[in-house]
Amino acid sequence: MNATIGLAGHTYLTYLATALQVLAVIVGAPFIVGGMRQVRARLEGRAGGGIGQPWRDLHKQLRKQQVTPQGTTVVFGFAPAVVAGTALLIAAILPLIALGSPLDPAADLFGVVGLLFLGTVALTLAGLDTGTAFGGMGSSREITIAALVEPTILLAVFALSVPGRSANLAAIVSATADNPGHLVSPGSLLAFVALAIVIIAETGRLPVDNPSTHLELTMIHEAMVLEYAGPRLALVEWASGMRLTVLLGLLANLFLPWGVAGADPSVLAILIGFVAITVKVAVLAGLLAAGEVFIAKLRYFRIPELLAGSFLLALLAVTASYFFATPTN
Amino acid sequence: MLSGGLTAALGMAGVALGLSAIFGETRHLKISWLLPLVGVIFDLGQVGGFFVAATGAVSIAVGIYAVGYAQREHWARFPLVMLPLFVAAMLLVPAAGSVTTFLLAWELMAGASLVLVLSEHQREAVRSAGVFYAVMTQLGFAAILVALVVLSAAGGGDAFATIAAHAGGLSPGTRTAVFLLTLMGFGSKAGLLPLHAWLPRAHPEAPSPVSALMSAAMVNMGIYGIIRIDLQLLGPGPHWWGLTLMIFGAVSAVFGVLQASVATDLKRLLAYSTTENMGLITLALGAATLLSSYGAHQVAAMAMTAALLLILSHAAFKTLAFLAAGSVLAATGLRDLDKLGGLARRMPGTTVMFGIAALGASGLPLGAGFVGEWLLLQSLIHSPHENNTLLALTMPLSVGAVALTTGLGIAAMVKAFGVGFLARPRSAAAAAAREAPASMMAGMGIAAAACAVFAVAPVLLGPVLSHVLTALPSVGGREAGPALGTYLRLPGIAGSMSPGLIAAALVVAVILALGLARWGARHRPVAATVPLWACGADSLSSKMQYTATSFAEPLQRVFDNVLKPETDVEVTHFAESQYLVERVTYRTLLADPVEQRLYTPVVRAVTIWAQWVRRAHPGSVHLYLTYGALGLLIVLVIAR
Repeated sequence: MNATIGLAGHTYLTYLATALQVLAVIVGAPFIVGGMRQVRARLEGRAGGGIGQPWRDLHKQLRKQQVTPQGTTVVFGFAPAVVAGTALLIAAILPLIALGSPLDPAADLFGVVGLLFLGTVALTLAGLDTGTAFGGMGSSREITIAALVEPTILLAVFALSVPGRSANLAAIVSATADNPGHLVSPGSLLAFVALAIVIIAETGRLPVDNPSTHLELTMIHEAMVLEYAGPRLALVEWASGMRLTVLLGLLANLFLPWGVAGADPSVLAILIGFVAITVKVAVLAGLLAAGEVFIAKLRYFRIPELLAGSFLLALLAVTASYFFATPTN
Repeated sequence: MLSGGLTAALGMAGVALGLSAIFGETRHLKISWLLPLVGVIFDLGQVGGFFVAATGAVSIAVGIYAVGYAQREHWARFPLVMLPLFVAAMLLVPAAGSVTTFLLAWELMAGASLVLVLSEHQREAVRSAGVFYAVMTQLGFAAILVALVVLSAAGGGDAFATIAAHAGGLSPGTRTAVFLLTLMGFGSKAGLLPLHAWLPRAHPEAPSPVSALMSAAMVNMGIYGIIRIDLQLLGPGPHWWGLTLMIFGAVSAVFGVLQASVATDLKRLLAYSTTENMGLITLALGAATLLSSYGAHQVAAMAMTAALLLILSHAAFKTLAFLAAGSVLAATGLRDLDKLGGLARRMPGTTVMFGIAALGASGLPLGAGFVGEWLLLQSLIHSPHENNTLLALTMPLSVGAVALTTGLGIAAMVKAFGVGFLARPRSAAAAAAREAPASMMAGMGIAAAACAVFAVAPVLLGPVLSHVLTALPSVGGREAGPALGTYLRLPGIAGSMSPGLIAAALVVAVILALGLARWGARHRPVAATVPLWACGADSLSSKMQYTATSFAEPLQRVFDNVLKPETDVEVTHFAESQYLVERVTYRTLLADPVEQRLYTPVVRAVTIWAQWVRRAHPGSVHLYLTYGALGLLIVLVIAR
């Protein structure tokens, strides 16, 4: 049904909601990252830098000199913008605050996954472009994980799209909101776990990658972006925060679709949607950070086992949703 | 110049003829005098027209490219003559209207391509690849020959039209035999497992324009054979036909991409990627067959459209990739990714071209392959599953296989582009590369334009695909396929996608991101270029970079059980002390495990048998005369 809504069918309020989504992700992402660091710091008995520290870092880095390593090409120069651009576009597509983003019929969940990978590929190419051992190492590790994550993601998409008979996000979210019973079905629970593991792997959190390490044996994402400095590093970090925020928002609204404004929202509904998604993402991020305190990073060659496990969960999720699906027409 | 021009002209004629066949009526042409008894019959319908047009389009790009390439590489006269002949043979195959004509054109195509593969026959590797290719293509031909002879004997005629009229009365045994034999023969041409082994040998060794023709156009003929003979003439098939096609397709796709992701030879990587893509196309064909055998015609139409779209997009990006690899080979003499690198500075045009091709091959948004893979995935996830255990099991597994293929495909293409074209040169030859001449760039430009159309404006292909689909009633042609407008819409399903709109929105988003990064720019010192960080040491040598081998090492370790690499680590200690190491040699050899495990025993058995038979050939004329007389006697007794 949402597929029939073209660009013309939208009121200015849906555009407002989408713009607010993008703006909230831009402004909120560093706070989410700061909040996660703060939760970890407190649980580990440190004072922590405060929620605003990533913003202060960005402010500092954006005023530094733009340095380009010798021998790099435009790929290195533009990769941060591509990563940030894909993250922003995903923020505009997802139903974070309101359903029926003008871009919703233009990209379904497969498209979102594709955009996510496009960002990953841009950074891995930048890592290779530097021509250093660190860059190549980080890229190689990152792309291996990405390749193994892909089956799980697409199977989870499959499982999610069975109840709503559509892979478009608005349809999935509204199908879940209309029929909350799906959420406690085995298929849905398995898909949640699979998707959560995948998001952890894709955003480089523990136990797959440690975002605060700079030890050459273990780093993945940080090795890839080692040559970045100043404004470009700021963009890379900003983008990785935005990716995390957006994916947590996606996870929240796929499985807890309450508070999301409808396809034709009022101002009040948009405000409620904004508050709801902020709370949901903050809680999820807090839980993720608290969980990270208790686990160590996995050995790199153990990660495929984790991902194979999540693939199995996703496969079970799909088969479960097939066999337990109640034909609701 | 003449050869390339003729090839391009043939290509243009092919495109025109193919399009007119797709949109117009079926064209018949019978030349009775050309072959005794049956004559040559041409019968160009929608499906044939589709493949003629695709082949023609590839030939245009290759023909223009070949003008510059032949000059730069100093081609001999012979391959120059064979190139247009090869294209002509390929255009005749889908146009053939009878079994005899089809087999004739097929052999012409195989022979011409073999001669072209052998054009650099001075090198040992080329000769070995040529023998391999000749044997496999002839074995495939034998299978097709037997199948089609059985078919025409049972179908009551030589012409495809006659066979189609009688296809309903064929016995299940005949249909099964024909299906299995043609699947083997056409599968070997398409490079499906386990008959793929000629592809990674012959494609790298052939001259690059020929590789492009073979990989982007000739392998399609295998798919054409499956569609035309099995799905159009014999169809609708039973459930297990679809299932068989899906299994072969999925296994080929995953295996092909896995080999591609660990390959270090650029053209070998592309050849394995062809196996991968043909696997995906076969998977889509199988899904269409299986779904329509269960009556889900609407979803089957989606799967079939996906297959057709994948054929076209693969032809576009694979042409471009092989042509760009050819430019690299002509400029550096290298195919080994471990020795390339840094080409982005020396050959910016070729780098951009290869980048477009790699993006298309990886199936990401903005790439040529995205729309086809998206449609395939949609048809797999929207298959009806109520009370159908088979579909409920095959479809998720197929999605898993397609997804793994896409994931590894991304890794393979990042490796090919990132290691081969970015970073710093890993050899003197790569450092001294020279950009390709204008005609080669023009040939690549045409293919790149086609890639761009598939990536952002599949709307232009909508009419073609829907016309071809109507000619395939056994695999979803009864229902309208997905509408390829600005928004791609799926029939009966709430799902849509707009690749053009995504591309436009992404451009806006990237500009917005660049704008964000401008914040605080007033306070920055002047931008500078600085040396790479060398961990405090003096300087970095280009040997310290990751190579293609090291880049793929994690994947190779993860898929150790499938790839079975042979790794030797040799540690030489000092004679004085066991604790000090003098030298460490590390060697890893990645051979095709299917080839080693399946082909080696067969080849060995054939060799032993041949040795045994050879005893009957001692060189005595008297003995040979006896054989002749005995043979004649036996024939006479049988024919009595």
